Amino acid sequence: MAKTLKQRLAEVNEYEREPVPDSQLKTSKSFLGMYAGEHTAGTEYVIGPLFVAHGVSAADLVSGLLLGNLLAVLSWAFLCAPIATKLRLTLYYQLERICGINLTRLYNLVNGLMFCFLAGSMIAVSATAIGIPFNFPMPKLTDMYPTSIGWVLTVFAVGSVITLVAILGYERIAKFANVAAPWMIGVFLASAIAVLPELGVNSIGNFWSVANEVIWTGIPLEGQDKFTFWHVLFFAWFCNMAMHIGMADMSILRYARKWTHGFTSAAGMFVGHFLAWMASGILYAVYLKQNTGEFAPGPISYYAAGFAGAACVVIAGWTTANPTIYRAGLAIQAMMPKTTTWKVTLVVGLVTTMAACFPALVMRLLDFVALYGLILMPMGAIIFADFYLAKQFGFIANYALRSGSEFNVAAALTWVVTLAFCIGLNMFASIEIFFLGFPGWFIAVIVYVALSKLLQQKNLKEVNV
Amino acid sequence: MKTLMSIVAVAALALTLIPAILVFQGSIDLALHKQLMAAGTLLWFVSAPIWFRKKAS
Repeated sequence: MAKTLKQRLAEVNEYEREPVPDSQLKTSKSFLGMYAGEHTAGTEYVIGPLFVAHGVSAADLVSGLLLGNLLAVLSWAFLCAPIATKLRLTLYYQLERICGINLTRLYNLVNGLMFCFLAGSMIAVSATAIGIPFNFPMPKLTDMYPTSIGWVLTVFAVGSVITLVAILGYERIAKFANVAAPWMIGVFLASAIAVLPELGVNSIGNFWSVANEVIWTGIPLEGQDKFTFWHVLFFAWFCNMAMHIGMADMSILRYARKWTHGFTSAAGMFVGHFLAWMASGILYAVYLKQNTGEFAPGPISYYAAGFAGAACVVIAGWTTANPTIYRAGLAIQAMMPKTTTWKVTLVVGLVTTMAACFPALVMRLLDFVALYGLILMPMGAIIFADFYLAKQFGFIANYALRSGSEFNVAAALTWVVTLAFCIGLNMFASIEIFFLGFPGWFIAVIVYVALSKLLQQKNLKEVNV
Repeated sequence: MKTLMSIVAVAALALTLIPAILVFQGSIDLALHKQLMAAGTLLWFVSAPIWFRKKAS
């Protein structure tokens, strides 16, 4: 039995350092299921309620989500997918070719840690549902540290199962997400529809007035900042900034037959980041009326949909945590190419599970998601500039590969300068973290082009790229 | 088998969604809606994996 498992693990080939062969390419259906499953996730049970807590008005929510999600889909389709399907390499290997092994190691460490924390928040969300029968106190909106032994044990149980599935590779993750996605979407919608009468919605005609007066009132909860249309738009656009303009989804979309498969991200955006966020906001509004103080998706969903609701929270967390741990595994594995992916994923799963014990990951999710996208985004801008602008502006693409450099100074400086610029905007111009990605991306592209022209050596040996 | 499982899976999805609409209309209560959703969930995870696997092959 042990030998069989070992053999199976050894057979897991994710093409970490070579282009995906044609025989392994997948149709758009595979990506539809993956995106729908990944973005109809445990975090949706948190983000929708946080918009309610931050006092978003109904009109701002609907218009901000429609436009922001559209911009996100376009970012996947026109920025990430064309490069992914042309190169068919992981983000990490492509970065190594541009930035050199040492800078890529640094990036991978940061990237892997960020993915761990993100997956950790999803494990925490699942744990709020698994913990229902054990009746331990659930975290509140103000909780930052582990609240009980029961909470920690439940998180570890959930994290172990999720890590095991992630170890077994992308195929199994995609299959499970494909199976669960339609049902999850059904549970999200059904839960929200079923509790509408409790909020005073008796017909479709009075939904909008109740939405404005009871659910998305425009008034933040005590201690929460007020969010506007612009917060919603930029959050919807940039909550997956690391994936689209940050190019992390190169590692996924390299399996796509055509670049147009990038449009399948719309399944995730308009189902998960529109319908599911609205549905979870409705559920939270019902829960607020009961005034327990808890901020726990499991009990909220269980109240509205019973066993199916609790199961949905568990599976929604699972289907998102799995590809996130998989990505984190790839990120760290790229640092240690001689170590097998499954061993790295095991360690990543352990770190993720430990992070999940802290409710702060859930309560400050909006800020964390914005921060992680912002930190990783400059490298995506560098890949974009390297791919599209090198010939036009007369600098060398895949510079580290061609020069034999292990540390591309231009890329490192671009990363530092971009983040310093964004921090400066935040500290001195009081621009909130949600809005920094947009100017930051342009700064990163401009700085990388300029520094590459300035710092690159011109006479390089010919290398087959 | 494929056809049977696809019918069961679609019925399972209907069993997940339709009770919520009936609650909204005031035709059934929340407790019955939860029971029907649970049944729909179990049916889905029995039928959908077979339906999806058959489709892939």
